[in-house]
Amino acid sequence: MASSLRAYGLIAGAWVRASMTYRASFVAMTVGQALITLIDFAAIAIMFSHIDELGGFTLGEVALLYGMSGFALGAADLLMGNTEQLGRRVRDGSFDAMLVRPVAPLVQIAADQFALRRVGRITQAVAVLGWGLAASNIDWSVPKVLVLLATLVSGSVIFCAVFVLGGAFQVLAGDATEVMNAFTYGGNTLTQFPLSIYPAEVVRSVTFIVPLAFVNWYPALYLLDVEDPFGLPSALQYASPVAAVLAAAAAAVAWRAGVRRYRSTGS
Amino acid sequence: MTPRVGLYAAVATRGFRRYSTYRAATLAGIFTNTVFGVIIAYSFIALWDQRPSLGGYGQAQALTFVWVAQALIMPVGLFSGGIVDELSDRVRSGAVAIDLHRPIPLLWWRFAEDAGRAAYHFLTRGLAPVLVGSLLFDLAWPQRVSTYGVFLIAVALAIGVGFGIRFLLGLLAFWVIDVRGFVVMLTITQVFFSGMVLPLVVFPDALRTLAEALPFRCLVQIPADVLLHEDTGTTVLPLLGIQLLWLVALLVAGHLLTGAAVRKVVVQGG
Repeated sequence: MASSLRAYGLIAGAWVRASMTYRASFVAMTVGQALITLIDFAAIAIMFSHIDELGGFTLGEVALLYGMSGFALGAADLLMGNTEQLGRRVRDGSFDAMLVRPVAPLVQIAADQFALRRVGRITQAVAVLGWGLAASNIDWSVPKVLVLLATLVSGSVIFCAVFVLGGAFQVLAGDATEVMNAFTYGGNTLTQFPLSIYPAEVVRSVTFIVPLAFVNWYPALYLLDVEDPFGLPSALQYASPVAAVLAAAAAAVAWRAGVRRYRSTGS
Repeated sequence: MTPRVGLYAAVATRGFRRYSTYRAATLAGIFTNTVFGVIIAYSFIALWDQRPSLGGYGQAQALTFVWVAQALIMPVGLFSGGIVDELSDRVRSGAVAIDLHRPIPLLWWRFAEDAGRAAYHFLTRGLAPVLVGSLLFDLAWPQRVSTYGVFLIAVALAIGVGFGIRFLLGLLAFWVIDVRGFVVMLTITQVFFSGMVLPLVVFPDALRTLAEALPFRCLVQIPADVLLHEDTGTTVLPLLGIQLLWLVALLVAGHLLTGAAVRKVVVQGG
């Protein structure tokens, strides 16, 4: 475990130094990452110029949801986002080389082309989250602070698990980056809005199948003292860490299964 | 002239086939466009439930807009990539020297290739998500056949404008070694002001005025307005005229800049 982390740090560090070669471009892309995700929030803000509540939530409360989801996706994208590139590595055969090196292949693929510019997205999400927390009129208590912090970590783990699951899928499918995008970026877009705007089937799927609702929705209901519009048990509102552990375990199993069944393209 | 037409057709066909080879990637893309369409559709339902005639759209028109926007993302190259990356990579590596030796101008060769690609993306990643969307939601389909005709013209013009913007961006590589920062900035502006994230009819006045002065609304908002014009009462011809003006302006700029770039080019290596 410790050696894996060290390897991750070494590979990521090399990529960070490489990206600093074109410093102006690095700055532009980091700012760009922040702005591109800000577009989604600009759209939400424009929607709120015509309405006071969306799905029963105010702009500040939606900012809270948006910030939690954006932070979780941003952190996962920074740490694990390059599993997206796995399909390419399978197709051109360079994944083979990773399998024979003395470092876990998941560490190699995750740290490959580590992109520090992704902190742009995280910074922007944290800013919106901060504003959302201030604007949402939360009755603070110690448990609430703990739930918020635990959710930021759990949410990141959940999105990391989705990235790894996608990676495992790509080992078998060869090219499925876009399907992954539907769950990662799609999951982020889905959870930017209060889940109360979706049909109950959607909410059940993101609770019990792909646990994206634990990234922000259930903990936010707790923070805001809002009753679950779908009437699901309130225990779910503290369950994000459990969901994260289950998601991570499922991802680990899938990853091992995927790598075991890997067949080189032979080129 | 005739062999020239044949040549362009051949280049366009190769552009089409280059993408039609990857069926799994196409299916994956359709899946993603559909998922995003569904998510955005529910957010629009929530908005139009409260404001039933916001921006002159009814809910059915707003939902149609969602799926038209999803259908146009790939054909018009809303998120850049493709030609921008290829052109700038070839400039950086020097391979563009070969392109400049080809019997047809760089601009028209790339345009033909991109048109072939766009046709493929429209037929697959354009139509398939709309089909799914129309099964899941009540959309506002035009009654008159002619509306579909002018819509296709608007889509063709949108594809041309999208190409023109990306070609200029790719050419930038002759002057700036690493264009990625510019690509990101342009993509953001393009996505926001095309109408993709929210129809421009919903924008606050100041932003809407700005959007109307930029070429990006040619990519999504104008084709959608053309398709919806029976319900919204928009006049179609001026919209097509705006698209045509931008297309001509961008192609002329592309032509002039290619000339300037060629005079500047110094090919590295042996």
